[in-house]
Amino acid sequence: MSHTPEKIKELEKKAKKIRRLIVKMLAKAGSGHPGGSLSSTDIVTSLYFSVMRYDPKDLRCLKSDRFHMSKGHCCPLLYAVLAETGYFPEKELWTLRNLGSILQGHPDWRTPGVNVASGSLGQGLSVALGMALAARLNNSPSRIYCLLGDGEIQEGQIWEAAMACAHYGCDNLCAILDHNGYQIDGKVKDIMNIEPLADKWQAFGWHTINIDGHNIAQILTAFDRAKKVKGKPTIIIAKTTKGKGVSFMENVVDFHGRAPTAEEAEQALKELS
Amino acid sequence: MTEMLYARDAYGEALVEIGQKNKDIVVLDADLAGSTRTAKFGKKFPRRFFDFGVAEQNMMGAAGGLASCGKIPFVSTFAIFGSGRAWDQVRNTICYNKLNVKIVVTHAGITVGPDGSSHQAIEDIGLMRAIPNMTIVVPCDAPETKEAIYAAAEYRGPVYVRLGRSKVTTVSKKGNFKIGQACILREGKDVSIIACGIMVKQALDAAEILEAEGVSVRVVNMHTIRPLDKKTIIECAKLTKGIVSCEEHLLSGGLGSAIATVLAENIPTPMAMIGIRDRFGQSGAPDELIKEYHLTSEDIVQACRKLLTYAR
Repeated sequence: MSHTPEKIKELEKKAKKIRRLIVKMLAKAGSGHPGGSLSSTDIVTSLYFSVMRYDPKDLRCLKSDRFHMSKGHCCPLLYAVLAETGYFPEKELWTLRNLGSILQGHPDWRTPGVNVASGSLGQGLSVALGMALAARLNNSPSRIYCLLGDGEIQEGQIWEAAMACAHYGCDNLCAILDHNGYQIDGKVKDIMNIEPLADKWQAFGWHTINIDGHNIAQILTAFDRAKKVKGKPTIIIAKTTKGKGVSFMENVVDFHGRAPTAEEAEQALKELS
Repeated sequence: MTEMLYARDAYGEALVEIGQKNKDIVVLDADLAGSTRTAKFGKKFPRRFFDFGVAEQNMMGAAGGLASCGKIPFVSTFAIFGSGRAWDQVRNTICYNKLNVKIVVTHAGITVGPDGSSHQAIEDIGLMRAIPNMTIVVPCDAPETKEAIYAAAEYRGPVYVRLGRSKVTTVSKKGNFKIGQACILREGKDVSIIACGIMVKQALDAAEILEAEGVSVRVVNMHTIRPLDKKTIIECAKLTKGIVSCEEHLLSGGLGSAIATVLAENIPTPMAMIGIRDRFGQSGAPDELIKEYHLTSEDIVQACRKLLTYAR
């Protein structure tokens, strides 16, 4: 399937807007995780503004597609997208991480559009598997999308889930690996090497697709291809840049879990204008 | 009254019965379906039965995902794995979201017997009590197990049901089970024994021995650890001179400490606790272990006698 240049341009524009919201939210909150939010922005924007079927008024979403953000610390991205798609008003974004906010430091049931809480890394692929099995039992055409971090997949539970998703032939499940190459303590390859990635997932029975996670055309094509894979789950291994879009955040490990100061935010917003 | 049955057999039968009525019931196991008796359901409803292999953490997460889509998952494994191995998943995925997942574990306590300490969950009630939103039920025999499973299926939210491995004598009264409501099995005015699980039978035996000595004993089956029936506990404190708690569990975090909290905050009352004291289990026959860890009716009798020497 080909995607029109207009569609791609529109999504690029939307992604830029989402990135601006992320920077503003984090600066206002004074803490949070910009690096991974910015590295997966193009993927999640594409999902919500082109790929997925859903209705922001249907919070139980038993028949729609579902997105589960397993790397829950990147919730500023999720919150920005949910506000932008109409799950709640944009003004809620400025309450991120405040006492009583519907936007907690990691996603939970308080937020319209979040089905299951996440944040304790490694648990989300299992949750997505449960959703995929339920969709099958309900004869529902729902597709389940699950965003994983590359540091996150060091958790053993991910591989328990990987085995089970393939065992149960969940072709209605598509995982996306935000492969930005960094985790809190440094480069993933130095902290705990996870390569060879594609070989590992294939050995566990998955269909793998490698893409540039900032190329909208490649992202859309990958999701189209995943839909056509039968009998096994698909993982899109998306090579990304941590902190993408803000020069002084790109590949800077400090910005994994540090919010920008007011001055840094101002500079970042200039770059994203 | 001497009927002895496996509580897990009752669980397996109850699952098939509720599965017949409610198509949203799904059953998950981690390679122990024969032992936990979920295999019965699997045979009858293969489409709604999922074996996850030896991977309890993934199983709990998947149960959460299924529940988030309106299914009612019954998840089974041994108590040690369901409560310990997958604790973080039970906390963060199931209880934090208040998902409608029923965790029914078997082989709890030291009466697992010869398998020894690695397989004897003596801390699971404490682990589950440490998580908000979790309802905890410890049935005392097979018929009560069946009623508890029916009640758990009707109840909305996470429930932990703790079953043992060995056969147990039937002591419960039919049709009495309600989550959060203790059963008074015997009235008395000198001392109250509040017990759960297999210790209810020991408590009744102890009451017989004491009655012969002229001591009048109230026996309460506290099958629900959360929400705890505070009213009945306070009533025991008012009607009798002291309370003895009995559980096949560590004293840390179990039924006894839950009762002690209620008493301390409402009506300080002399109390003794029967349970395991800061040590791991070991291999042995169940009846040998009950003796070794001081969980027999004779141990309860002694605790009651001692309590009455200083209670009002």
